[in-house]
Amino acid sequence: MSMKHPGTSAIETKGLWGAYKWLILRRLSQAFFLALFLVGPISGYWLVKGTLASSLTLDVLPLTDPFIFLQSLLAGHVMETSAIIGVLILSAAYFIVGGRVYCSWVCPVNVVSDSASWLRRRLGWKKTGIKLPRQSALWVMAGVFVTSFVSATLVWEFFNPVTILHRSIVFGAFTTVAFIAGVMFLIELIGGDRIWCSRLCPVGAFYGLIGKVSLVKISAKNRKACNDCMDCYAVCPEAHVISPALKGEKDQNGPVILSGDCTNCARCLDVCSEHVFEFSLRTKNTMDDVRPFEGDADKDSTKAA
Amino acid sequence: MTQTKAKQKTVSRRDFLGNAAKGACGVGLISLALGAAVREAEGKLPADAIRPPGALAEKDFLSACVRCGLCVRDCPYDTLDLADLGTETVTGTPYFNARKIPCEMCEDIPCVVACPTGALDKSLTNIDDARMGIAVLVDHENCLNFNGLRCDVCYRVCPLIDEAITLERSANERTGKHAVFIPTVHGDKCTGCGKCEQACVLPDTAIRVLPERLARGKLGEHYRLGWEEKRKLGKSLIEGQHIIDLPDRGYSAPAQTDTGGYKGFKP
Repeated sequence: MSMKHPGTSAIETKGLWGAYKWLILRRLSQAFFLALFLVGPISGYWLVKGTLASSLTLDVLPLTDPFIFLQSLLAGHVMETSAIIGVLILSAAYFIVGGRVYCSWVCPVNVVSDSASWLRRRLGWKKTGIKLPRQSALWVMAGVFVTSFVSATLVWEFFNPVTILHRSIVFGAFTTVAFIAGVMFLIELIGGDRIWCSRLCPVGAFYGLIGKVSLVKISAKNRKACNDCMDCYAVCPEAHVISPALKGEKDQNGPVILSGDCTNCARCLDVCSEHVFEFSLRTKNTMDDVRPFEGDADKDSTKAA
Repeated sequence: MTQTKAKQKTVSRRDFLGNAAKGACGVGLISLALGAAVREAEGKLPADAIRPPGALAEKDFLSACVRCGLCVRDCPYDTLDLADLGTETVTGTPYFNARKIPCEMCEDIPCVVACPTGALDKSLTNIDDARMGIAVLVDHENCLNFNGLRCDVCYRVCPLIDEAITLERSANERTGKHAVFIPTVHGDKCTGCGKCEQACVLPDTAIRVLPERLARGKLGEHYRLGWEEKRKLGKSLIEGQHIIDLPDRGYSAPAQTDTGGYKGFKP
C-alpha cells in the first residue's frame, strides 16, 4: 500500500500469480514478438522476415507500421500495395485490441522504460525530473509530420529508438542494442517519470490516437469496491487515465477507461486486491455496467436509481 | 438504462486560444529541432556505400525506405547490409561495399522483389538496367594495365565484358614498341555491381564504383558533337555553305600507307 511497494496487499489476497499475472503475460508477449523475428536469423527458418517497421510473415502476411507509412506519404512517397495492405491489417488489429497495446505488449523499449520506472519508485524518485505537459508527445508527433512533409524524408526513422533497438537486436548489432537500451534507461530514470514513453515518443502518441476509438478497453467495473489504496495510480504508466473511470461515479461517468493514453498494460488488474479492474469493451460503458457493490445494500440501491 | 454523461467542461475563448497558441509553438519548436537534426544526420551517402539495385535517387530513397531489412534478408550473397548507428550512412538503410562483397546481379533481383515500399523500384526487371553507380578507374598511376602489363582482371570479371568495360589499345610511350590496354568503363552500360572493384589485384583498388554524382561529368545542353550530328544527318552539316578551309601552314601530312594509316606511326 505504499508508493514504493504497490501491490503488497494484492499479493496477500491474490497470491504471487494473481498479483503478477498480467505483468508476466505482458513480458511473455514482448518476448514472443521478439522471438518471432529472431527465429529466422537464428535457425534459418524464416517465420518472420524484417523488423517492426515492415515485415513479412511466412512469405505471405505483410505488416507495415502505420506511423512510418504516414511519414512516407507526407514525404511524398506512395508505398507499394503490399505495404499498404500491411498498414491496413496492423491498423485494424490495433483498432480492435487497443492502440497503445503496441507500447505495452510489443515495443521493446517498454521493458527498459518499465525497469527505469520500477527503480524510480524504489528510489523514491517518482516526483523528480522534468515535467512535460500531457500533450507534448502529440506535439512531437505533429512536428514529425510537419518536418517529414517539409524535408521530404522519414524524419522519425533517424531517431526512433523503438525501430533502431528492434532492428539492432534482429540484425545482431549488439553494441547498438546496449547503447540504445542504456540511453533510454537513463532518459527514463533521470529525465522524469515515463518522460520518453508517455511524454515524448510520437509513436506512442500516434497509437494513442488509434486508442481513442479502439475496442478493447480496461473497465473499472467493480469500482464500488475500491478502497482507495492508490496502488493502481502508483503502477500506471499513464496515471491520469484512471480517475475519470474509477472516480466517475459522482459525474455519472461510465466505468471504462476511454483515454487513448491507456496502454492496456493491465498492471492495475494485477495490483488491485479488490478486483476493481477487468478487460472490457468500449461499448460497455453505461452506469448499468458498473457492478453493484456486494455486501453494501445501501450503495447498491443508490446505483439502481 | 442510465446513460453516462461526460462532464461538460466549458472552455473559454481565452483558454482555447491560449492552448492553441501553446500547441502551435510546441509543434513549431519541435519541428525546427527535428529539421535541424535531420539535416545533420542526413548528410550525403559516403562514396563507398552503394545502394541496392533499383534504389530511387538518394533523396527519394530516404522518403521511401522504412529500414525494414527485407532486401538484406533476401540477398543470396550477403552483399547487402543495414547501416548501423554511428556510421556515415543513414541508420538502418541498406547498402553494400563493393570491395568487400559486390552485387552478383541476380537475374530475378530478389532484393527489389522483397522491397515492400518501392524504395527499390519494381520497374527494374532486367538487372543489366540497374545503375547502382559507375565504375571509375581512379588511379592511372598504379593500375597495372596503365603500366603496360596485361592484368585485365577488372575487364575479365565484368559481367558485361566488352560492353561495360572494354580494353582500349594505345601506344606504350615508355617502351616505344608495345601497346597498353586501357580498361575503359562505359557509363551507359556499367551497372555499378562492383565486381571489378572487388577483383582489382592491387592492395588498394585502382578501380572503384562511385555514385553517379561523383563519377560523371555532363556535356552542356547546347553542345553538339560535329561527328555525331554528321552521322545523324548522313552528311556534313556545313556542306555547301561556302565555308573557307584555310590552308594548313607549317605542317605537312606524313606519307600514307596502303592501308590508309600514316607512315612512321607506331601504335
